[in-house]
Amino acid sequence: MTSYPKVLLQNRKPDRIATIDEYRESGGYTALTESLGKVPSADVRQTIQNAVLLGRGGAAFPAGMKMSTVPEDAPFPRYLVCNADEMEPGTFKDRVLIHADPHQLIEGMVLTASGVQAEKGIVFIRPEYESAARILEREVGIARDAGFVGKDILGSGFDFHIDVHRSGGRYICGEVTAQLNALEGRRPNPRKPPPFPTVKGLWDRPTLVNNVETLCCVPHILKNGADWFKHLALTETGAGTKLYCVSGKVNTPGCFELPMGVPLREIVETHAGGMRSGGTFKACLPGGASTGFLPKEHFDIDMDFEGLKAVGNRLGTAAIMVFDESTCLVRVTCNLIDFFARESCGWCTPCREGIPYIKDLLWRIENGQGEVAYLDMIDRMARHLWNAYCAFAPGAAAPVQSLLEYYRDELMAHIEGGSCPFDK
Amino acid sequence: MLPEELQDKLEHDIAAVDHPKELAVDVMFALQDHYGYLTDEAVETAAGLLGIAPVEIEELATFYTFVYREPVGKYVIHVCDSLLCMLDGSETIEAHLHQKLGIGAGETTGDDLFTLLPVCCIGYCDRAPAILINRKVYGPLTVESLDAIIDRLRADKD
Ligand SMILES: Cc1cc2nc3c(=O)[nH]c(=O)nc-3n(C[C@H](O)[C@H](O)[C@H](O)COP(=O)(O)O)c2cc1C
Ligand code: SF4
Repeated sequence: MTSYPKVLLQNRKPDRIATIDEYRESGGYTALTESLGKVPSADVRQTIQNAVLLGRGGAAFPAGMKMSTVPEDAPFPRYLVCNADEMEPGTFKDRVLIHADPHQLIEGMVLTASGVQAEKGIVFIRPEYESAARILEREVGIARDAGFVGKDILGSGFDFHIDVHRSGGRYICGEVTAQLNALEGRRPNPRKPPPFPTVKGLWDRPTLVNNVETLCCVPHILKNGADWFKHLALTETGAGTKLYCVSGKVNTPGCFELPMGVPLREIVETHAGGMRSGGTFKACLPGGASTGFLPKEHFDIDMDFEGLKAVGNRLGTAAIMVFDESTCLVRVTCNLIDFFARESCGWCTPCREGIPYIKDLLWRIENGQGEVAYLDMIDRMARHLWNAYCAFAPGAAAPVQSLLEYYRDELMAHIEGGSCPFDK
Repeated sequence: MLPEELQDKLEHDIAAVDHPKELAVDVMFALQDHYGYLTDEAVETAAGLLGIAPVEIEELATFYTFVYREPVGKYVIHVCDSLLCMLDGSETIEAHLHQKLGIGAGETTGDDLFTLLPVCCIGYCDRAPAILINRKVYGPLTVESLDAIIDRLRADKD
């Protein structure tokens, strides 16, 4: 097996978390020691921008650029929120990161905060990750005792505190603006920008929200430089390593740290142990439930943001859900649309009405009561989802629209045969 | 009435933050742990502690998956029915729980021990099919390993 450098998961152990000492032995907290109070925040932002670190939470927004949208003269206190909601089906990398090496995230938060002069840090975490929440609370305390978090960190004059906020549990809380409402104790419906959170976020103060994995990259970038980070990727267009969560019809599902841009075939055949029970690759969802099906003709694609964009898809959270020839993709889409129907926040009509409508028609097809006319009806409604209030509904449309585009034959087989052809 | 100790703890926590409302979910969880679920009285109490209207608590309570406005059992079982668990047999797991516990989704056993709630992806796709019992994860499950877990919890009660 080709072996690649491990960065984010270099301290991962099979059965326990890495301690602060183990993190420090691997070079942890050197970036913080060397830059806090010494490197101007503009330089911190510039280095992250030069590294082309794209947001790992699904939207791939350039992290350095987002930091720069906090106005120079913005009021205080400023907030940094670490998004550990991770409710995208198939995605569990943020849980792995927190359980493997919590101090990497803590250092990443302090350094990112120093780049925008934020003094309050919050980790927003889903209730299913109670053990991760407890790990973070304990390790933040340890970091505070060591002088890496809290008041006047290492004598630099910079203050930064970290609190853990437990969510009550809903997928929409992962969306930035809904998360701000949740943190303020309001019903977490999204708020449409402007104002953007980096200008007016929590309690009307500038608030930077980043994904766990994005923040974990920051100490390494500041320690080793932007060029080093860019060269970790296998592709020209990529940068860094990526945590790929592979699940579904593979032999060894799991979370693998690989260079950004590694080919899909290699991920499936080498790192995830190949297809289960000798099956053949039929398709995958390349980046969570909110991405479209990637059909088998793209099995050799380079898995980075640009590579997937080029074929009209998205890398999303890089949660790769693999399906083989025995998987019914209509049934898969029914399950996904059930998820979206349940988790819609109900705020706007296209999403609240449109998703159950598609769900009803798709299930009829799956159950052998479909009609050809339904395909256009589903298609029309999926387009309406793009007019919804937030990005949730377009996410729900992605698997549906790609099912219509690539697997019309499979839909037709259900309709014409009057039953699911995959049921034995 | 809340026990004095809990009342003091919550008042103390609330006094320590900039905006009381930011603790709304924590307060709901604490009261839910105390009462067993978020009772009408708990809604009033939470609102009083946070200095907001009860309806503002209700707005949140009715939104979140992990806040219960009806009585639940000692063990709340969340069965993941999203894609990866489904592909690996969550339907069998759920059907087995229905049969073993004699309850349907959303119901509680007569001895108030178990409540069964299907939920979306719990983030343990590498351990599919997986469930949570009082937020602790179990998986990958088989019917046999599930039996063992339920039997152990039943035995613990005595
Ligand atoms: C419905 C929905 C759910 C989302 N859930 C998450 C999530 O659980 N975790 C996350 O980091 N980002 C999630 N996002 C993306 C965030 O809105 C945001 O782009 C991200 O947290 C920003 O961090 P990044 O720039 O570091 O990626 C979600 C977006 C949408 C529309
Ligand atoms: S698209 Fe869906 S989740 Fe987003 S605001 Fe509308 S109803 Fe809520």
